[in-house]
Amino acid sequence: MTDAAPQRDLVAEWQDALGRGSLTFARCASCGLAWLPPRAECPRCLGPDWSWEEAGGRAKLISWVVYHRAYREDLTAAIPYTVALVELAEGPRMIGALHNVPQPRADQPLQLSHTEGTKAFFCPTPPSMGRKPDA
Amino acid sequence: MRGRHAIAGIGQTAYGKLAGRSTISLNVEAARAAIADAGIEKDAIDALYVKTPTSDFTQLYGAKVAAALGLQPAVLGSWDQGGASTISMIAMAAMAIEAGQASVALVTVADNPRTGSRHAYERPAGGDDAYGWIGVIGGYAMIARRHMEEFGTSSEQLAAVAVAARRHGAGNPGAQLRKPIAVADHQASPLVVDPFHRDDCCLVSDGGAALIVTAADAAPREGAPAPIPILGFGQGNTAWDVALRPELTATAATVSGATAFRMAGIGPGDVDVAQLYDSFSIVPLMTLEDYGFCRKGEGGDWVGGGRVERGGELPLNTSGGLLSESGIPGPQLVLEGVRQLRGESPNPVPGASVCLVSGQGGTMQTHATLVLGG
Repeated sequence: MTDAAPQRDLVAEWQDALGRGSLTFARCASCGLAWLPPRAECPRCLGPDWSWEEAGGRAKLISWVVYHRAYREDLTAAIPYTVALVELAEGPRMIGALHNVPQPRADQPLQLSHTEGTKAFFCPTPPSMGRKPDA
Repeated sequence: MRGRHAIAGIGQTAYGKLAGRSTISLNVEAARAAIADAGIEKDAIDALYVKTPTSDFTQLYGAKVAAALGLQPAVLGSWDQGGASTISMIAMAAMAIEAGQASVALVTVADNPRTGSRHAYERPAGGDDAYGWIGVIGGYAMIARRHMEEFGTSSEQLAAVAVAARRHGAGNPGAQLRKPIAVADHQASPLVVDPFHRDDCCLVSDGGAALIVTAADAAPREGAPAPIPILGFGQGNTAWDVALRPELTATAATVSGATAFRMAGIGPGDVDVAQLYDSFSIVPLMTLEDYGFCRKGEGGDWVGGGRVERGGELPLNTSGGLLSESGIPGPQLVLEGVRQLRGESPNPVPGASVCLVSGQGGTMQTHATLVLGG
């Protein structure tokens, strides 16, 4: 009996980057599609050649929910908390957290505010601002 | 194939807390009742379709149920399409019979997340658990919020679905929740994952239900109820997780419904009564839109004014649905469709001759549609 070969853990790679403050997504070298969550082949052309690319940070809010029940013990102190679904300007959608968005509305522009562990926080884009977040 | 196959028998366990029972035991009890109802000999069954339970996900589950039933069916398998499984298994049974592969099929579904493991419903979603993005409810709430934002759908409009389900459940002695509610009660029930109040969310239940599919022209069995013809079926799979779906407010139920209606040769206006999967209140509302009962975005208005209650234009979930009768994932809706067309429903719709049934799994990833005709 031999141990099964370890598989490349793409989610861990993506989260490690987040942990270093870098929000990335996958970009296909063959057809150019950008995607999240990480997966080993391009979900459009099925090609295996792709690489990580840093997100510019611009995004928009697709939807959000507010948990009033803790489905895990360590979340008890956090409720009520908000979970957002955001679409990055480059196309991929991801689950994220909101920062300084007291009254969210669908499709409002957001930008990456900061990361905390493996979590990415998004804040409103000031009307005059195109891209870079104030730190 | 329209009308060439029929549901010849139905059976179920009690619904609720059935502590200490395995899902296999619940399947056997439901099957025993369906076999008796159909008036057939157990050994006539030559096809067995079983849904993999959420609380007991094991390999070769269908074979294990067959062993417990003392059967060696020619056709056998377990199917995992979540809450769409029952209808898809009925469709597969009809197609197997049509192809001459079998003649009497048993379709059975049992689950025990109430007293067993409910991990399937409350597990972290992918790599996003750091956000507290946990459980099936989060995805449905995300969809409901988007529907509210895009179309102005209100929580009070969602309540109409729950109010109808609870009213119908009140008339069903076998339903788990039998106390009727008003919109104000729904609004006063605690928020679970906003925008959902508690009363937007289905029950979590133990239970099993089974049915027998045969050719519609199979020899009639003495004393057994008339078989209920299967007029149409279809499926459509949105497949992608909520976070990936380009449109949160539309699903492949459009494909499923159109396929089933085309096969049946009817349209929404021909439906007398509907049993639409209601894991959360937003689901029947969107299903009605995707099936063409109203335009996209108008579901909130459409379900108001008692339209989906007993005595209304389209009575919905007349045994209480997942919101009131039982939270088991779908077979109870087919059983109620059969009861309606037999005239045995706890909330009978007078003269009903066409019943539409839907099933849906995951977070609207899977969908199946069944048209039954009396």
